[in-house]
Amino acid sequence: MSAPPLETSGTGLKAWLTAPIPASPFQARMQQLSLKWWRLKANPSALFGLAVIVLIVLAALFAPLIATHDIYAQDLGKRLLRPSAAHWLGTDELGRDIFSRLVFGARITLYIALLTAIIVAPLGLIIGTTSGYLGGWVDIVLMRVVDVFLAFPSLVLALAFVAALGPGIENAIIAIALAAWPPIARLARAETLSIRKSDYIAAVRLQGASPLRIILGHVVPMCIPSVVVRLTLNMAAIILTAAGLGFLGLGAQPPSPEWGAMLASGREFILTNGWIAAIPGTAILITSLAFNLFGDGLRDILDPRHG
Amino acid sequence: MSALATNAQGTAQETALAVSHLNITFGSGAAAMTAVDDVSFTLGHGEAFGLIGESGCGKSTILRALVGLNRDYEGTIRFRDTVVPRQRDKSFFRRVQMVFQDPYASLHPRKMVQYVLAEPLRIHGFDRHQERIDEILSAVGLGPSFRYRFPHELSGGQRQRVAIARALIIEPELLLLDEPTSALDVSVQAEILNLLKQLRRARDLTYLMVSHDLAVVTHLCERVGMMSEGRIIEEMSAEDVRAGRAAEPYTREFLEASTGYRPAS
Repeated sequence: MSAPPLETSGTGLKAWLTAPIPASPFQARMQQLSLKWWRLKANPSALFGLAVIVLIVLAALFAPLIATHDIYAQDLGKRLLRPSAAHWLGTDELGRDIFSRLVFGARITLYIALLTAIIVAPLGLIIGTTSGYLGGWVDIVLMRVVDVFLAFPSLVLALAFVAALGPGIENAIIAIALAAWPPIARLARAETLSIRKSDYIAAVRLQGASPLRIILGHVVPMCIPSVVVRLTLNMAAIILTAAGLGFLGLGAQPPSPEWGAMLASGREFILTNGWIAAIPGTAILITSLAFNLFGDGLRDILDPRHG
Repeated sequence: MSALATNAQGTAQETALAVSHLNITFGSGAAAMTAVDDVSFTLGHGEAFGLIGESGCGKSTILRALVGLNRDYEGTIRFRDTVVPRQRDKSFFRRVQMVFQDPYASLHPRKMVQYVLAEPLRIHGFDRHQERIDEILSAVGLGPSFRYRFPHELSGGQRQRVAIARALIIEPELLLLDEPTSALDVSVQAEILNLLKQLRRARDLTYLMVSHDLAVVTHLCERVGMMSEGRIIEEMSAEDVRAGRAAEPYTREFLEASTGYRPAS
């Protein structure tokens, strides 16, 4: 412990990441992160999931560069074409290029998934940890509200909200978020119940910390890993719900290239031109699968109990 | 008894903590279990008082009530001649701190040492955070290089030193020790005990220690209360304990059982 701090610049990043005595909080955090990265790298299926997610994100980001055709340009002379060199994944019933629409559709799917996650995670965390930490009446009231939301299947609940709010992507996001937060709150509450009895929480209480400080500063950081894992695993359900709403005509509206909406319009031709429905369906499948695999790997890293 | 209220320098001092007629019951009706039964004791300023007894005799329960983790008690607790309110306030925690039994459970697994130590400073509005952290880390024998470590990178002894540093960084007057060495192996136990002894002298602290280990208690405390089934059945000096001079048969039995396998130190 009396050794001088190691010089880290000499041998580059690796030495900096493995230095026995971190010289700054940033270095200490990065060292922890690099350890987790090493563990993730040892898990091929999680790595595959991550790779697919990265690919989809890149496709969404660079959609205008990747797309080969205008996604709204109709050409009735070229409708229902099979996959070919001109149209890599064929054309739909209005002669639009399916590949280009698929690539732009990734934007909508990720937009829905990300926004839902951003709404659901803080909401579920705050309600769950508050309920679990404070207990008593607060707990009873909040958990009964959660029960009411959980009593409905999430798609039915989302349908009801969309019906009330009106169709459209933004309303679909709000509806999905309203249906997705209760399980997160339940999870956070369950975690909190085991955390609040622990000595380290007793120790901060004995330092005179207020309940707000304890919940936000000490309980929430312990719940975040399981919530992140749960959310990643839920991502598949969120994408499916969004696609389902699109399919039922309550999510994204035509001519938007949302995958669920594309699937719905391909349904009429499923017997004669099956790929029109199969291609967006496969995209939904692969994206959901990728999020599930990645979520599983993330759980192994972040939550040592399941390791 | 007041004659025994002496500090490390051996001079009589005013009372730091007075507990009178403390009763703690768990459960109610027919299932009620009396954990602490009419316990009274006083602690002089600068004194070190130890409570010993077998597991389940109520010694840790007393500490939890003292510090307000369990508010369901009867009796009065006076700190510096003022009755402490049932809902402990910040000024109480500013002066009374506690070190927990298990250093593996008492440090937040995701917080760096630096953050653990800065938090009490922030709560109580101290200045010079960085200097104080360096100072206390050196005082507990770790040194500033431990600032950016996470608890899982530390050994049990190092963790307990961090826990002691966390308790002492806001400069309390009374330190409650809940079997601070029982989760550590023997060589580390001695280190921590010597550290506590030295810190007490250097910072003029008052200790209330709870342990089932006779050697640990007599090493640190001048006065010892023997507990059995929720009562303090006998109070004696550390010399009496070492010499095996006990009035109560239970105490004599306990002392014999404890020294029977222990090599003389």
